[in-house]
Amino acid sequence: MKASAFDYARATSVANALELLTAHGERARVLAGGQSLLPAMNLRLIAPELIIDIGELDELRGVAARGGVLTIGALTRHADLQKSPEIAVHAPLLMDAVAHVAHPAIRNRGTIGGSLAQADPASELPACMLALGATIIARGPGGERRIAADEFFAGIYETALTPQELLVAVELPAQPKDSMHYFQEFSRRHGDYAIVGLAAQALVRDGRFADLRLGFFAVGDRPLLARSAGKLLDVAVTPAVLSEVSSALDEELSSLGDQQATPAMRRHLARVLLTRCVSSLLARTDLCAGVSA
Amino acid sequence: MTSVQPIPEALSALDRPNSYIGKTVPRPNLDRLMQGRGLYVSDIELPRMAHVVFVRSPHAHATINGIDVSTARQMPGVIAVVSGRELSTVITPWVGVLSHLKGLKSAPQNAIAIDRACWQGEAVAAVVANSRAQAEDAAERVSVEYQELDAVTDMRAALSPASAVIHASLGDNLAFERNHDAGAVDQAFAESDEVIEAEFIFGRHTGVTLEPRAVVADWNPAEARLTIYQGTQAPHMVQNIAALHLGLKESQVRVVCKDVGGSFGIKVHIYADEMATYALSKLLRRPVKFVADRVESFNTDIHARDHRCKGKIGVKRDGTITAFEIDDLTGIGPYSMYPRTSAIEANQVVNLVGGPYVTRNYRARARVVFQNKNVMCQYRAVGHPIACSVTEGLVDLAAMKIGVDPVEIRRRNLIADDAYPCASPSGLRFEQLSHHAALTKLVRMMDYEALRAEQSSMRARNIHRGIGIASFIEVTNPSAAFYGVGGAKISSQDGVAVRLDAQGSVICQTSITEQGQGSESLTAQIVGSVLGVSMDRVRVILGDTDNTPYGGGTWASRGAGIGGEAALQATKVLRRNILDVAAAILQSTAVELDIVNNAVVTVADGAPRIELSELARIVYFRPDTLPPGIQPELMATRHFVPREYPFAFTNGVQASWLEVDIETGFVKLLKHWVVEDCGTIINPQLVDEQIRGGVVQGLGAALFEKCVYDERGQLTNANMADYLVPMSGEMPDIDVGHVVSPTLESELGAKGAGEAGTAGAAAAVTNAVNDALKPFGTIITEIPLTPQVILTALGRI
Repeated sequence: MKASAFDYARATSVANALELLTAHGERARVLAGGQSLLPAMNLRLIAPELIIDIGELDELRGVAARGGVLTIGALTRHADLQKSPEIAVHAPLLMDAVAHVAHPAIRNRGTIGGSLAQADPASELPACMLALGATIIARGPGGERRIAADEFFAGIYETALTPQELLVAVELPAQPKDSMHYFQEFSRRHGDYAIVGLAAQALVRDGRFADLRLGFFAVGDRPLLARSAGKLLDVAVTPAVLSEVSSALDEELSSLGDQQATPAMRRHLARVLLTRCVSSLLARTDLCAGVSA
Repeated sequence: MTSVQPIPEALSALDRPNSYIGKTVPRPNLDRLMQGRGLYVSDIELPRMAHVVFVRSPHAHATINGIDVSTARQMPGVIAVVSGRELSTVITPWVGVLSHLKGLKSAPQNAIAIDRACWQGEAVAAVVANSRAQAEDAAERVSVEYQELDAVTDMRAALSPASAVIHASLGDNLAFERNHDAGAVDQAFAESDEVIEAEFIFGRHTGVTLEPRAVVADWNPAEARLTIYQGTQAPHMVQNIAALHLGLKESQVRVVCKDVGGSFGIKVHIYADEMATYALSKLLRRPVKFVADRVESFNTDIHARDHRCKGKIGVKRDGTITAFEIDDLTGIGPYSMYPRTSAIEANQVVNLVGGPYVTRNYRARARVVFQNKNVMCQYRAVGHPIACSVTEGLVDLAAMKIGVDPVEIRRRNLIADDAYPCASPSGLRFEQLSHHAALTKLVRMMDYEALRAEQSSMRARNIHRGIGIASFIEVTNPSAAFYGVGGAKISSQDGVAVRLDAQGSVICQTSITEQGQGSESLTAQIVGSVLGVSMDRVRVILGDTDNTPYGGGTWASRGAGIGGEAALQATKVLRRNILDVAAAILQSTAVELDIVNNAVVTVADGAPRIELSELARIVYFRPDTLPPGIQPELMATRHFVPREYPFAFTNGVQASWLEVDIETGFVKLLKHWVVEDCGTIINPQLVDEQIRGGVVQGLGAALFEKCVYDERGQLTNANMADYLVPMSGEMPDIDVGHVVSPTLESELGAKGAGEAGTAGAAAAVTNAVNDALKPFGTIITEIPLTPQVILTALGRI
C-alpha cells in the first residue's frame, strides 16, 4: 500500500496553484486535507503525476460573516467549522452535520473545499450546501466563477469544476435567527459514510412551514434538494399530507444499491428520515411514533 | 466472585503472603508498549534486508498460462522476481490433514501457486526489491496470463454433481464429513410435544488484527541457519514446519517472536506467503521482509465461520428438552489450512451443540466443502459461536413455542452443578461446571425482572427492546487430543525455566507467547507469588525457540492453564532449592524457612534472615564459604500438560439488552452481561478485559462483520471502510462476573478465559433481537443482523 511515485509542488499562492493546474490539468490533483486523496493514492486507485499542495495558502482558510453573507474559505477544516462562532450563529446546521463527518482525526485535517470538490454522494457537506443555498466560488485561468450549489454537483465524484479550476470558498446566506434546522443520517457505525442522510433548513410560522429545504444525501449519484418539500409549505401537515409527500419524494429518488443497502432500502430510509425531520421541526410527535431518542 | 467449591484445607503455594494471584496488577510490558518502545516485526531492519511483495491472482480460479517478468526485473531496486515453480526448488508443498479427523482430505498447496490459482488473492509470483514501494511498482509490471476457470463459490452448490471440482485428484469438493448419533433421537422427537426447526446462517468473517501478519526471514549461509522473526502464537510449530519444508533440521531454524499486535487465532497458522518468504531468504541468501498490507490481510488472513446449520429441537410442555439435531455445512476455501486443518471448526460445532444441557439425545452431521474463496480456519472461539447460536437459538424457539420464559427453560435443562464429573452427548468429559450458579448470578446482575417490566412498558410506547440469554461451554487447556494425536507436531505441553540471578532477581523463560492478552504478566505474577519475590524482580522471556523451553505457545485458551502451571511448578522447585541453600547458610532446615518480600525469613515469626541478593552473592561468588557437599542449583525447569481430561471445559452465560428500531432496522446495544467460570483467576482485570474483548469480537460477528463475496468469488469489501469492525461507539457497557470452579488437574486451578466472550455474544444478541421482534412474529436466524436483514424480515422493504 504505497502510492505510485508522483511529483510534488507546494503552491506559494492561489495564482501559483492556478498556474500549476493550467499547466498540468487532469494529470495533477490538488492536496488540501488529503483525507480522500491519499487513501485513494495508497490503494493505487488513482496515480496522479503531480500533487499540488495548497496547505500553506492561509488566504483560503477561515470563516467571515459580512452583510448577511457567510464566507468560508476552502481550506477551512471540519474541526474549524465545529468551533467557529460565526457558523454557530449563522449556519448551525453545519455544526450538527460536521459532527457526523468521520472521526476527530479526519475532521482535524479534512477541509470543506476538499469535501465539496471530492463530491462523494454520501458526504454530509454537499447536502448542507443545498439546504443552505450556498454558492461555490471557483477560480481558474479565466478568473472567478460563482456556481450555485444545486448546479455544482454533477455525479459520483463529479462537479462543475474544470481541471484548471480551484475551489476557493463557499458563500452562504446567513440564516434568520428563527430559522430551524435538522440533521440526521443513518450509518452502520459512528463516522461511517451514511446509508441515507438528510440536512434540512426550515422556517416555521404558526405550526406551518414557511420555508423548507431538504438536502438528502447518499440517495443517488449526487445530493438531492427535494422538490417535494414544496408540498409541505403553508399547509397543515397531517399524516395524510406527509404520506403524499413521502410518495412524491420516492418519485424523485434514483437510489443506488451497495453493500449496506439495496435501492429499496434507501428509499424506505429516506421516507423515514422525511417523517422524522418533519415531526421534529414541527414538534409533532403524533407524526412519528415509536422512536426513542 | 463466588466460589462453588469448598476452600481446600491445605494451603497451596498460591496462598502465600503477598500473593499476586487474584490481584489486578499492571502488566510488566505496559510501559514499553505505551512509550512506543515495543518491537514488532515491521520495526525490524537488518543489513541487506529486502522486501517482498506478492503478485496475487485477481481471479477466484484460473490456470496460469504464463508469467512474463522481464519488464518487472528491469525496474529500479528489483532484486528478483520469483515464480512458484522457481521457488519450489527450495520449499516443498504441504497437505493440511490430520489423521484423527477421519476422511479429511486436501490437495498439495505450494508456497506460491504453480499452474493454477485457486482463490482471489493467492500469490502467483514474488517480487523482491530494496523497498516495499519499489517492489509494488515492479509487481504492477509482472504480466500474468490467466485462463479463468469455473469458480465454486456457493457452499450449497459445491457438492452438486453439476459443480466444478476444484481438485480433480480428490474426486469431489467434500473435504470432511462427520456424523454423530447419541441416545434415541427419533424416539425423543416422537415423544416431544413440540419439535421446532430453523436454519442458522453465519457470515464469513475474519480476525482483523491491528498489526498485520509480518515476517522477516534471515537465512545465514555461513551458519546454515534460518532466523525467522514473526508475529506468531506458536514459535515451535513454525520452527518445525519451516524446517520440514525447507529440508532443514529444527536446530537450523530459530523463530523469534517479539511484540505482537493481536492474533485471535489468525497468527497460529502457516500461511503460504510466509513460507514463501522463508524460502526466498534461503534462495536469495539475504534477509527478506514481508508485511501484509490491509488489502492482503483481508484476502489472505484466514477467514472463519461461514456456516449454514439446520437445527432441530424437541421439547415437552413442561419445558424438558428432549433432543437436539443439527446438519452443518461450511465452506473452507480451496485448501485445508496447514497444519491445524480447516475441519476443526465444523468438528467443534458437532462437539459443542447441546453441550450445556442434560439431554442425551443428539444427532449431528457436519460437512466441510472446498470452494474458490480465501482459506478458512481456526479463529478465536473456534466453532463455539456457531454451536452456541444454534443451541441457544433453538432453546429460545422452544421456549417461545411452549410459552416458557427463556431463563426458566434453561434452569430446567442445564446440567446441575452437582452432577459432575459427567459427559456431554457428544462424549466430551466435564470435570466441574457451574451453569446454574452462573445463571443465578447473571439474573441478579442484570435485574432480569426489572428489565422485563421495562421492556413491557416501552413496548406499549411502540419501542421495541429485547433480552437475549445464551449459556455456553468453552474448550480450554487442550491436551494432545486437539492436534498431537492427529500427527501434527504441535506441542500441547509447555515449559518454564526460572533462575535466580546474582542480585536476587528472577529470570523466567516460558514457551507460551504474548500477543497482548497478558501472558507475560500472569507468568510474572505466578513466579513472584510462588517464590516470594516482588514482580519487579521477575523478568519474563518469551517467544524465542533458542531461549525458551519447548512448548505449544498461546492459543485455544491455554496460556494461563498450562503455561501458568509450568511456571508454578518450576518456581516451587527453585524455591525449594533456594531454601536448601539458605538452610545450609543459616544452619537451619528448609521447613523452618520461607521466602517473603525478597528475603528468606523464619516461618515461625517471619523474622528476616537473609536477603535473596545476599544468598545469590554467596552462591555465585563465595561458594567456598558454603558447607562441604553443597552444590546449589538456582535454576529449575518444569513442563506441564493436562493428562486426566483432554480439555478443561469452562462455562458461562451471557445476556444482551438492546433496542431494535423497527422503522430503520438498526439495533442499538444497550447493555451486555457475562458471567463466566475460568477456575482460578490470576489477574481479574486481564480476565475481564479478555472477556470484554471477546464479547466485542462476538458482537462484531452479530451485527457488523462479513466478508462479502460476489458470485465469481471476488471479495468485494477488502478494506476498513467497507468491512465493518465493531467500534467503541456502538459497543455497550459490558459487565463481567465470575464463578470460580478451579480445575483439580493442576495446582494452579486455572482454566482458559480467552474465548468465552466470543463464544456466546452473537447468540445473546440474536436471541435479544428475536425477543424484541416477538410482537411482529418475526424470527431471524442469520448474522450479521444488518438493517437490511432486519427490515427485510419485518417486511418493510
